[in-house]
Amino acid sequence: MKYIDEYRDRELVSRLVSEIQKVSRKDIALMEVCGGHTMAIQKFGIPFLLPPTIHLLSGPGCPVCVSSRKYIDQAIAYSRLDDVIITTFGDLIRVPGSTSSFEKEIAAGADVRIVFSILDALKIATENPENRVVFLGIGFETTAPGSAAGVLNAAKQGLTNFFLFSSHKIMQPAMEALIDEGVKIDGYIAPGHVSTITGTGIYKDIPAKFGLGCVITGFEPVDLLHSILMLTRQVEDNKPEVAIQYKRAVKPEGNLKAKKMLDEVFDLRDDWWRGLGILKKSGLVLREKYSRFDAEKMIDVEVEETREDKGCICGEILKGLKKPGDCKLFAKACTPSDPFGACMVSNEGACHAYYKYNRDG
Amino acid sequence: MDKKILLGHGSGGKLTHNLIENLFVRHFHNPVLADQTDSALLSLDTTNVAFTTDSFVVDPLFFPGGNIGKLAIAGTVNDLAVSGAKPLYLSASFIIEEGYDFNDLEKIVQSMAEEAKKAGVQIVTGDTKVVNKGKCDKIFITTTGLGTLSSQLKHISTADKVKRGDKIIINGTIGDHGMAVLAAREFLNLKSDITSDCACLNHLINKALNVSAQIHFMRDATRGGVATVLTELAEITGMGIEIDEQQIPVNENVRGMCELLGYDPLYVANEGKVIMVVASEDTDQVLKAMNNNKLGSNSSVIGEIVDEHPGRAWIKTTIGGKRILDMLAGEQLPRIC
Repeated sequence: MKYIDEYRDRELVSRLVSEIQKVSRKDIALMEVCGGHTMAIQKFGIPFLLPPTIHLLSGPGCPVCVSSRKYIDQAIAYSRLDDVIITTFGDLIRVPGSTSSFEKEIAAGADVRIVFSILDALKIATENPENRVVFLGIGFETTAPGSAAGVLNAAKQGLTNFFLFSSHKIMQPAMEALIDEGVKIDGYIAPGHVSTITGTGIYKDIPAKFGLGCVITGFEPVDLLHSILMLTRQVEDNKPEVAIQYKRAVKPEGNLKAKKMLDEVFDLRDDWWRGLGILKKSGLVLREKYSRFDAEKMIDVEVEETREDKGCICGEILKGLKKPGDCKLFAKACTPSDPFGACMVSNEGACHAYYKYNRDG
Repeated sequence: MDKKILLGHGSGGKLTHNLIENLFVRHFHNPVLADQTDSALLSLDTTNVAFTTDSFVVDPLFFPGGNIGKLAIAGTVNDLAVSGAKPLYLSASFIIEEGYDFNDLEKIVQSMAEEAKKAGVQIVTGDTKVVNKGKCDKIFITTTGLGTLSSQLKHISTADKVKRGDKIIINGTIGDHGMAVLAAREFLNLKSDITSDCACLNHLINKALNVSAQIHFMRDATRGGVATVLTELAEITGMGIEIDEQQIPVNENVRGMCELLGYDPLYVANEGKVIMVVASEDTDQVLKAMNNNKLGSNSSVIGEIVDEHPGRAWIKTTIGGKRILDMLAGEQLPRIC
């Protein structure tokens, strides 16, 4: 398959692996801050190929995992209102809230519809004028422009029954907060899709302030190994910098149109991240101009008290301080079919990836 | 106006009688059914029988490569065949939604008759119920199958004879059925040329059994796909399994659609694929016998039974990495069969 096979070429992979082995001297830890990277690394069995000097850590790159349980609880509360239709991407369905999940609410009669795009949610709103349609906006700069486009479209169409419930966040405050907290890493495997929107600008302080390299990376094995090689070289030569490995998708300036749209629709707010707590100006909230589409402001609902599970160390895992296997619940009390935390159920969650592909590792 | 199924067709009265006579008996015709006794009266020449049942709720009812009727025959015939049994008799029960198109029902029944004929099985008993509009989604079918089993082949279901060094064979490309059905769903707005692999495998399996007395395990890789069968096999035998991802045949269009939608072909449903575990020394002759059959022309060895990591299946990835192979958690694709 074109554009896939080239990046999974066994010969090219083994050349990259031997080059990494040649270059690597120091013991280093590289962190991927994108759930897509976590999944690809485990799915292709990349840790198996690396020399023992290179350690890969998963960071706070799974948007569902870093979002608060309160967000799920509130979304579930919306779904219990008679006239509300919830529209969401599929990965939220099985995420546990304090006492329920959408999977359970659907069985109890809630109208929750999986969509592939926010535009499907707008269509549902148009077709169901008697209902209030809530779209669960979750994700980093990758998915936030889609939500922005949805809101702009809703405004253009004059919809009055469409609402965005935003848990959108931006990546860079979390990447800096991790280093501030003293998490020991030697470089970032920087997110590919986030960077297609943002460009390189958001990482520029990281080498300057913290002395860490950031290599923006694609999602295929050759991309990942190439990026690991680039970062290893940066560490060995002590020359941290921002570099683009994923050149076929990422431009230094990013996607200007999408950035403009984000700025038009969203303002920054302080937001809570699992493991990191409240980070200044790290969340996206609809601007006053579009607040008529803001579910939080427009839909009154009583939300149950949030209960976090005891014993779940998702927070530590999201910071790269611990690995899924360090959690005493992992693969015992907590499994994908009976998850304690979002990290075990989300397709981009570190616990899910380790459970599925590297349980014994 | 198009002829529709009415509530009366399931009432047990005249309409039901006509439906049975003019549709089911006409297409499924065989001496046992023609007698229209309350129970089908059968004579078997053995004390060992295999007995299985399955319900079919696939959505949409018609998809490239088949329909719910063909699926209902192949699914049950294959469950018998992979147990080492010779499929002989089937029952077929229909739950039909009031207002369902009669011509479509006839197409489904015709497919069932054709598929049963190909497989050499007879549909000897059945039932029809009609429910009010909205109380079921068009049509659901349940088939039950009965086959005879040689006492020498009981180990095929239980995997008792699986041993280190045995090879794991599959009879062709994976993921075709799941992706064909998904592509046929309107909401995705996708056009594809993917065809379901839905087929009865009993003749193919018979060919393999004829050339080797050392087929140690068989299972059809339906819901949950190849990964689920292999994980289960590792668990029930307590032995290790190693698969080479590069050796697993996948059609390019299936791969493409899986990439696009984020599915792994290893977990996507098949309806005409059997996983076999064969003693190493018999592998070539089994492959040869299978390759000569249309349904096995892409047969290949995809892995083997090993001593390492007992109870666990591992996979060597396309790039040469290694990881475990796990069962699917939750439903990947509802109503795929």
